[in-house]
Amino acid sequence: MSNAAGPMIEMAAVSKWYSPQFQVLKDCTTSVAKGEVVVVCGPSGSGKSTLIKCVNALEPFQAGTIRVDGINLSDPGTDLPKLRARIGMVFQHFELFPHLRITENLCLAQEKVLGRSRDEAMAKGKALLDRVGLSEHAGKFPGQLSGGQQQRVAIARALAMDPIAMLFDEPTSALDPEMITEVLDVMVELAREGMTMMVVTHEMGFARKVAHRVIFMDRGEIIEDRNKEEFFGSPRSDRAQLFLSKILAH
Amino acid sequence: MLQFDFDIILKTLPYLLREGMVFTLTLTALAAFGGLVLGTLLALMRLSTIPGLALFATGYVNLMRSLPLVLVIFWFYFLVPYIGQAILRTERPVEVGAFASALITFTLFEAAYFSEIMRAGIQSVPKGQLSAGYALGLTYRQVMSYVVVPQALRNMLPVILTQTIVLFQDTSLVYVISITDFLGAASKVAQRDGRLIEMYLFAALVYFLISFLASLLVKRLQARTAIIR
Ligand SMILES: Nc1ncnc2c1ncn2[C@@H]1O[C@H](COP(=O)(O)OP(=O)(O)O)[C@@H](O)[C@H]1O
Ligand SMILES: [Mg+2]
Repeated sequence: MSNAAGPMIEMAAVSKWYSPQFQVLKDCTTSVAKGEVVVVCGPSGSGKSTLIKCVNALEPFQAGTIRVDGINLSDPGTDLPKLRARIGMVFQHFELFPHLRITENLCLAQEKVLGRSRDEAMAKGKALLDRVGLSEHAGKFPGQLSGGQQQRVAIARALAMDPIAMLFDEPTSALDPEMITEVLDVMVELAREGMTMMVVTHEMGFARKVAHRVIFMDRGEIIEDRNKEEFFGSPRSDRAQLFLSKILAH
Repeated sequence: MLQFDFDIILKTLPYLLREGMVFTLTLTALAAFGGLVLGTLLALMRLSTIPGLALFATGYVNLMRSLPLVLVIFWFYFLVPYIGQAILRTERPVEVGAFASALITFTLFEAAYFSEIMRAGIQSVPKGQLSAGYALGLTYRQVMSYVVVPQALRNMLPVILTQTIVLFQDTSLVYVISITDFLGAASKVAQRDGRLIEMYLFAALVYFLISFLASLLVKRLQARTAIIR
């Protein structure tokens, strides 16, 4: 059930409450076209993580619809694990499985979810590890790698599932400054190859380089959703302007 | 004056080991394994969002933990044949045998303790690990089997082994259903030959040595298997 023309990710009036008193997402509407790179930014606590976790149904939402590749997440017939397997996700704290070697981290879901053979999964994993420049670390455990290396493995692990889109939740904000570039480089390359990406980040250099659109969120609302040029040229809202001046200052 | 005869130990050692220690170690190993498997399932039930399951597991654990082990062993030995009779609808009480009865009892009893250990272990795995598993397309079952439970086991291994050492000592309670474990065998010799002090001293020494060496081993393992973070 794939749609050639429609957007890859489509959110319409999505609202979510963590409790009756606390609405974390308010009427969020946006979409990400195939091959598009969208950067999501906004102050801490504004709901960015919650928003992208809704895209692969890691977080449930109470109102609105989300479609990924034409599949409605709220449809009771939707096989969520199967859908999630097609969307790659990279987390702020890497979340590699610490009890498994790097190769096992790369192979686990390929084998258990996609049913690939060990050889097949290994070949794919090794190729991706090579691509992110970490071939020589294949036999190590995650804890033996630096943060930047772990995050590159996490990206390789997601790519091993041949995803149709990738979600990134502040992939560089837990990293020491000298390691940010090595991770961003991998992401830039991915964007240039035409991967559909939704990236929560405050790295405005990355946004300027490869983003097509920028979404600015505040208090659960999408305040700005514009082309990169427009956004950096003249963000309309005071809140976005204030936010930009703050993060561009340092 | 008391006359000690420690030769009696050397003479009866083959009997003590063959009859007694083999039983004690077999029961300890099997009950620890069974208790851990069942305990893990109970822990998962307790943490599940299905209210009935959680309630059942909580009730079971609390019940087992509020009964003296001796009583459970005793009751089980006498009740299981009748429970078997009721379930299988046989004419006479089902013969279970002392070993099977002891094994079932210890497994069920230890499961309550292991479930508490595993519950803490499962909760010690960061939530992000589950999210990462789900994001890769793993199902609940797969996330538990490949991501959460292995890490919980590793985190809790020292506690699990310590509990197993306690179990090793507790198996001596099978004397209430007249099974000859290591202590039982020593006790028999002691009574028969009137060598109470020698035999009970020896038994204490053996329990102490095995438990002490095992706990040293646990410390070593702890250093080796800690997950590198
Ligand atoms: N599981 C949760 N239960 C209750 N509140 C939550 C939960 N997760 C996040 N929140 C709250 O929701 C808001 C948005 O969180 P989040 O999406 O993580 O923001 P961001 O990623 O933009 O920093 C915050 O106020 C946060 O405290
Ligand atoms: Mg966040």
